[in-house]
Amino acid sequence: MLLSAVQREKSAMGVEIKVEHLTKSFGKQLIWGDVTLTIPPGEICVMLGPSGTGKSVLLKTLIGLLKPDTGSILIEGTDIASCSEKDLYEIRKLFGVLFQDGAMFGSMNLYDNVAFPLREHTKKSESEIRNIVMEKMDLVGLVGSETKLPGEISGGMRKRAGLARALVLDPEIVLFDEPDSGLDPVRTAFLNQLIIDLNAQIDATFLIVTHDVNTARTVPDNIGLLYHKHLAMFGPREMLLSSEEPVVRQFLNAQRVGPIGMSEEKDADELEAEKGQDLPPLPPIPMQQMPSNGIARRSQQPPGEWCRANGVSPPPGSFMSSNAGLAPGV
Amino acid sequence: MSSITATKALRPIGTAGKLFAFGLDVGRGLFRRPFQTREFIQQAWFIASVTIIPTALVAIPFGAVIALQVGGLIKQFGAQSFTGSASVLAVVREAGPIATSLLIAGAGGSAIAADLGARKIREELDAMMVLGIDPIQRLVVPRVLACMLVAVFLNGLVSVVGVTGGYVFNVVLQDGTPGAYLASFTALAQLPDLWQGMAKALVFGLIAAIVACYKGMNAGGGPKGVGDAVNESVVISFMLLFLVNFIMSAIYLQLVPPKTG
Repeated sequence: MLLSAVQREKSAMGVEIKVEHLTKSFGKQLIWGDVTLTIPPGEICVMLGPSGTGKSVLLKTLIGLLKPDTGSILIEGTDIASCSEKDLYEIRKLFGVLFQDGAMFGSMNLYDNVAFPLREHTKKSESEIRNIVMEKMDLVGLVGSETKLPGEISGGMRKRAGLARALVLDPEIVLFDEPDSGLDPVRTAFLNQLIIDLNAQIDATFLIVTHDVNTARTVPDNIGLLYHKHLAMFGPREMLLSSEEPVVRQFLNAQRVGPIGMSEEKDADELEAEKGQDLPPLPPIPMQQMPSNGIARRSQQPPGEWCRANGVSPPPGSFMSSNAGLAPGV
Repeated sequence: MSSITATKALRPIGTAGKLFAFGLDVGRGLFRRPFQTREFIQQAWFIASVTIIPTALVAIPFGAVIALQVGGLIKQFGAQSFTGSASVLAVVREAGPIATSLLIAGAGGSAIAADLGARKIREELDAMMVLGIDPIQRLVVPRVLACMLVAVFLNGLVSVVGVTGGYVFNVVLQDGTPGAYLASFTALAQLPDLWQGMAKALVFGLIAAIVACYKGMNAGGGPKGVGDAVNESVVISFMLLFLVNFIMSAIYLQLVPPKTG
């Protein structure tokens, strides 16, 4: 009883992920090099980057599915990059991961899929398992589809089922691999709200890999940007949204003017041709999305806090509305 | 430039090394608990169901062709009374394990490689590892054991069906005498022949399953990768099985003296 209370206390904090000088290449091709960042406990982070910059590779490296060439990933004092396989399987019990297509086990129905981690790792009775599974299914809005097979449902439903399975062991770190790819804008908005509500509820550390700018502008506490084989910037949301750094402002505002071209980088001629063009002014920073009960999350900062603390004046009109500077339809 | 060709030339050795390391991982996984009994029974049933009928159908002509070849040859030597014995020897020692290996690798192994390959590209295996479950212990070990078990039974099936086929062929079509055929059964064949047939089947099942699982779990690059993995697994296991069959036969002939008199 005491132990479980201690565990609850611990899980209420979330877990910090400390990444140092991480480098990964496939053969001779460098994916990214010297990535150093600390994902603070209990906060929501978004990792952005153009397609093909190795965001998913970073995610898989963080859970030890891929070994980095150099560098370390420290979670609760264990280095994932160099620890033994036994420790790795132990530490993975802290994780819940939502894969791009949900990665449901094709031979089991949704109920068995969600119950699978419980049956493998706990000695709970079937009725206890049933309660937990139904609670998670309810959370993601899948009650009534328990007996369907993953092949029979839509991509969005598979994704939500994957989320239910990722949450079933009460993880302290939840990783999302492109939660919004292949979802319509309404479902994306609901999923983002669900992510925020979840964070408010379980206080786990969240890392979302995406290239959806609207998600990145409104959901996280911190944003990172992978570009050109390195981590271009990582920091609080307001720092990146008010940044004048060309790559950051181009990507976060979805503009054509800037160093990112159709295929990776623009060449010298294209950059020369853009030289005279005026960059459009930075759009205002939107309010951060609130949990649906309206109470700020534990790790949430008041709007404009970072800008005030660092003497940065945010673009005019910032923190006035919750959809300032977003693409239409949000 | 030279280093590139060197890496290319050495790649097969690297692959062989990885396959061997995978085999060792499976060996370690064998002793890890909990043992997946359910998965083992399901897989054994599945592999048996895809191999039994083809095996029986392959065994009949196999026995017949041996009876045909041996019967003709032995007639030239003037030793017709030994037809039955020679035929039994050939079926139990070689034809049984070979037919078993073809079916286990071709039908069972390809099904395993396709299944695991599909799971791999759908990220199911990654998801399993992330959930803290070792796919080698959970999926591979039961498949390997199931393959070994089914291979031993298939070997028995091929032996019985092959010998029966040879008997029918010899007696009905080659005008052999049933009594002579049956009486000469034990003239040359002996009990260790049966044991070595079983041992071969056991090893073939092991190799076919390990190659199929290795190739399936390392499939990559979308649906085409799964097709390639299945193809490679069948080719590699065929080559390995024929090689190992030769080695085991050679060792057996050295160890066990032929029956005299």
